Amino acid sequence: MKFSIFSIARNAMSYHENWQAHWRNPEPKSEYEVIIIGGGGHGLATAYYLAKECGVRSIAVLERNRIGGGNSCRNTTIVRSNYLWDEAANLFEKSMQLWEGLSQDINYNVMFSQRGVLNLCHTLQDMRDAARRVNANRLNGIDALLLDAQQVKALEPLIDISPSARYPIVGATFQPRGGNARHDGVAWGFARAADSRGVDIIQNCEVTGIRIENGMVIGVDTSRGFIKGKKVGMVAAGHSGVVAAMAGLRLPVESHPLQALVSEPLKPCINTVVMSNAVHGYISQSDKGDLVIGAGIDQYCGYGQRGSYNVIEGTLSPIVELFPSLSRVRMNRQWGGIVDVTPDACPIVGTTPVKNLFINCGWGTGGFKATPGSGWVFAHTIAKGEPHPLAAPFALDRHISGALIDEHGASAVAH
Amino acid sequence: MLLITCPWCGPRAESEFSCGGEAHIVRPKDPDALSDAEWADYVFYRTNTKGDHAEQWVHTYGCRRWFNVIRNTVTYEIKAVYKPGETPAGGEA
Ligand SMILES: Cc1cc2nc3c(=O)[nH]c(=O)nc-3n(C[C@H](O)[C@H](O)[C@H](O)COP(=O)(O)OP(=O)(O)OC[C@H]3O[C@@H](n4cnc5c(N)ncnc54)[C@H](O)[C@@H]3O)c2cc1C
Ligand SMILES: [Zn+2]
Repeated sequence: MKFSIFSIARNAMSYHENWQAHWRNPEPKSEYEVIIIGGGGHGLATAYYLAKECGVRSIAVLERNRIGGGNSCRNTTIVRSNYLWDEAANLFEKSMQLWEGLSQDINYNVMFSQRGVLNLCHTLQDMRDAARRVNANRLNGIDALLLDAQQVKALEPLIDISPSARYPIVGATFQPRGGNARHDGVAWGFARAADSRGVDIIQNCEVTGIRIENGMVIGVDTSRGFIKGKKVGMVAAGHSGVVAAMAGLRLPVESHPLQALVSEPLKPCINTVVMSNAVHGYISQSDKGDLVIGAGIDQYCGYGQRGSYNVIEGTLSPIVELFPSLSRVRMNRQWGGIVDVTPDACPIVGTTPVKNLFINCGWGTGGFKATPGSGWVFAHTIAKGEPHPLAAPFALDRHISGALIDEHGASAVAH
Repeated sequence: MLLITCPWCGPRAESEFSCGGEAHIVRPKDPDALSDAEWADYVFYRTNTKGDHAEQWVHTYGCRRWFNVIRNTVTYEIKAVYKPGETPAGGEA
């Protein structure tokens, strides 16, 4: 089934009762060429590009719950590529270019909206760092502008730029091609597109063990039995450490709660995505009208998909200082995800010491924007058995060799 | 918000504390003797336990002393609090 104006018209005549399921619900086969562990956006995108770009015929995505029920559907959907260091900028810009054609490519409206991303500067030093990042972005061919306070106000009339503000705004960086997308739609769209190319998406199938013989992976034990696999890719986000431990691997990763919340729906009032590194808050408005607000990580390790209230309070108070007119908006829902954080705030994508076992994790608080790019480079890595050139700097052993890519303070904010 | 019992000050709100991550990581006595992998393991690699986890906390906005906590990373239940050098009641650290 292809989505088009005609299919919508045809289904309207039958009162939208005859749309078929977007993907099959197959029983697991006994053997696959490639098994992907984790049916989040990254795992599904990997499967899609493996089938489409790498010509792999027999692929399964194993998901312990339902697809897209993890961080895929819990993030604040910010997409941008204005990272400081070349390695990160190149990877996230590849992803940005894939976003720009994604809805057409997978025939699914992911509601990618390039409304622009503002990263606010509150001090002179913020402005100097911003100028450096804007220049670095431009040298890498990434759109970036340095704005003063008046220009910020012109884009976001509700923002308080008075010099007496609690967090005075000196200026901002602006990436016009940044924005957001519909997070569920991205997981569903990749699932549907992968399924239509023959990928088996197997939900409620938890991987409980990884079988290795003579240093080579041979398959996985699951809640639905043993499944043979010639190659296995681990894409388990918050549970990456748990899954990697099944292969005897230890990771430079810790899992933390990360929280977000949305307000009651309002008339359009926030035009772009506004982020502030210094106060660690960020806000945008969904097409439905709710304000989408994200916090920083909780300081402790946590697999509970919830965090502490003081973290939310610490986010909302500066948001209200930046946008005083929002002070009486009521919040509708609040939740948490489990984010896999690395010491240098950059992902890990590549091979492992186990032959034919591959890893993709450590996207932490900022991997939604990378969903297509991550899938793209990981698919090539699995198919060729060696890192895609864009992924090569993000090797698992960079914390041993010392070749860290320190995006912590460097990339605008952590999302 | 967690309710954490400082061994010196008693139960206080989490916002008075800072979490110092995994506990009982011992600084290598002779760093020069370590391989790069061993040094990286000490500096960057963590156990990231799903379940009961030994971690260190400091009472930043109180007595400013460090101590250890056994906390479940799924339920967040705090099972034991003990001072540096002590073993938690009824168990291994
Ligand atoms: C509150 C919040 C806000 C965020 N905001 C942003 C943002 O604005 N912009 C941005 O770029 N990023 C953001 N992120 C980060 C982003 O969501 C993640 O980096 C990204 O979603 C991770 O990749 P994924 O979608 O594949 O993860 P997930 O959707 O979590 O997928 C991992 C899957 O693996 C499955 N799994 C785990 N263990 C097993 C097993 N043993 N067997 C089978 N399956 C298993 C899980 O059930 C899960 O479905 C945010 C995250 C959170 C929590
Ligand atoms: Zn104390």
